[in-house]
Amino acid sequence: MRGRRKLGRGVAMVGAGMSKFGMFIDKDSKYLFAEAFNEMLSTVDKGMDPKDIDALYLGNFTNDFFVHQGHWGPIISDLIGLTPKPATRTEGACAASALAFREGVFAIASGFYDVVLVGGVEEMSKRNTEEVTQGLAMAAIPYEVRVGFTFPGVFGAMATAYFAKYGANRQHLMNVTIKSHNNGRLNPKAQFNVSIRDIMNQRIEKAKNKGDSIPAWRDEKEFLCDPRANPMVAWPMHLYDCCPISDGASCVLLVAEEIVKDFTDNPLYVVGIGQGSGKGLHAKEDLTYFEATRYAAQEAYGLAELKPEDIQIAEVHDCFSIAEIIHLEDLGFFRPGEGYKAIEDGLTRLDGPKPINTSGGLKCKGHPVGATGTGQLVEIWKQLRGEAGERQVPIKDLRIGAAHNLGGTGGTCTLTILERR
Amino acid sequence: MEGRPFNDISYERFLSEEKLMGSRCQNCGALFVPPRTICIKCYGIEMEWIEMKGKGKLAAFTCIAIGPPFMTKEGYDRKHPYVSGVVELEEGVRVVARIEGVDESKPETIKIGTPLQVEFLHRGEGENLITFLAFRPS
Repeated sequence: MRGRRKLGRGVAMVGAGMSKFGMFIDKDSKYLFAEAFNEMLSTVDKGMDPKDIDALYLGNFTNDFFVHQGHWGPIISDLIGLTPKPATRTEGACAASALAFREGVFAIASGFYDVVLVGGVEEMSKRNTEEVTQGLAMAAIPYEVRVGFTFPGVFGAMATAYFAKYGANRQHLMNVTIKSHNNGRLNPKAQFNVSIRDIMNQRIEKAKNKGDSIPAWRDEKEFLCDPRANPMVAWPMHLYDCCPISDGASCVLLVAEEIVKDFTDNPLYVVGIGQGSGKGLHAKEDLTYFEATRYAAQEAYGLAELKPEDIQIAEVHDCFSIAEIIHLEDLGFFRPGEGYKAIEDGLTRLDGPKPINTSGGLKCKGHPVGATGTGQLVEIWKQLRGEAGERQVPIKDLRIGAAHNLGGTGGTCTLTILERR
Repeated sequence: MEGRPFNDISYERFLSEEKLMGSRCQNCGALFVPPRTICIKCYGIEMEWIEMKGKGKLAAFTCIAIGPPFMTKEGYDRKHPYVSGVVELEEGVRVVARIEGVDESKPETIKIGTPLQVEFLHRGEGENLITFLAFRPS
């Protein structure tokens, strides 16, 4: 990096909304975006006229393949009455809407626009698992696809390298899943708002009612160790290590610092943004971290003049359980090889000193890929403004939160830092 | 051999001839497998082909139960998973490959660091012939 990064002028988030994430057989993705947009409008404290929006940046990844439509910018712009304002689609695989957010920040910081809508949308559930796997492979490294790697396979391979280097094992992955579900249980927008214990008890109840033999699981880990309950997908990734296939939409409203008081007295300022790119498995320097995340973090912390320990809560891209462990280390929250221990010690729980994925994360909340990046920011918005309801973290003077988004198998990574002031 | 362009098509063609080939930067000596046309260390563009010995060790692996259509066509499924991995070659670079000859029913017994030997898997016939890079314990 030559010199320090800076923004031309301040940018603040003054509204945030999302649809419920899940599998919606009877809804097209554009109507999910309408839901997210309407919720966003309702969160702007002093109200706003949508006609004041200067431009739309929209993240989407797979709709070309799954819906056979790629030109989503103007479709969404028309849906919410923004035409003829410019609409631009961004593509960064599962980080598509984090890139939309960044473009929106740059557009305002440059002085060109004052009010920008950024968001993402994705429709995945109307395809079968094989088609979805094939569609997502559009973001994979071709050498890896050639020798049979799948998305869970790449993360599984990184997990085996991590296990060998640091002495972790499958039990540590299960801690991530159990925590995600405990948080997601409290999120009404989550695809799975149940804990692992709830799922386990439901299974036992079902077996009783059907007169089947009753499974002898004593706790969540015994349930997750049972291959009938939690089959292998790509060793050591099992079903409950993997995020689901989801539909959903999310969006946030960005405005220039000078006009923020017209919208709210309680804005979140964009203090740090960072983005990096990474290589395939064969070319990585090390198989136990994501260089793109480390670069994005360096850029974002530098801009914000903050350190990892200043981040009070974070949403991180837990597409697979091992990913959450690695991100905690790459973002500097814990030292390399210490992430799995921090989770085991409960440090990242809702009531811990560093709550991670209070929304339930991708695992529980769902992962409509293009909607995930701004969806994570919706959670940070709620938490920093004290509006997260049952899952509000009990940290006093909660001001600084971050969201980490990852595209592909680490090809694109971003970090966004928001501050309430 | 010298005349072939440093790209993935040449790499694949070499595999079908049972050769694992990389490109070496004539300026700084950096080695790349699969080959690169631009040296990412010194930005040199003069490359030469170099054949790997085909020996290495397992750096990472996964055992895949739900694979893409071309693997299920080979008969792999939830009951018959296959192994893909990252192999660190003696020459110091890594490649991704299929891993044969390990017990895919007991992935917890597969050890990182296992010494491996290259193997070329030929599938299909005529114009549809594809060669997959693979390794098995040596």
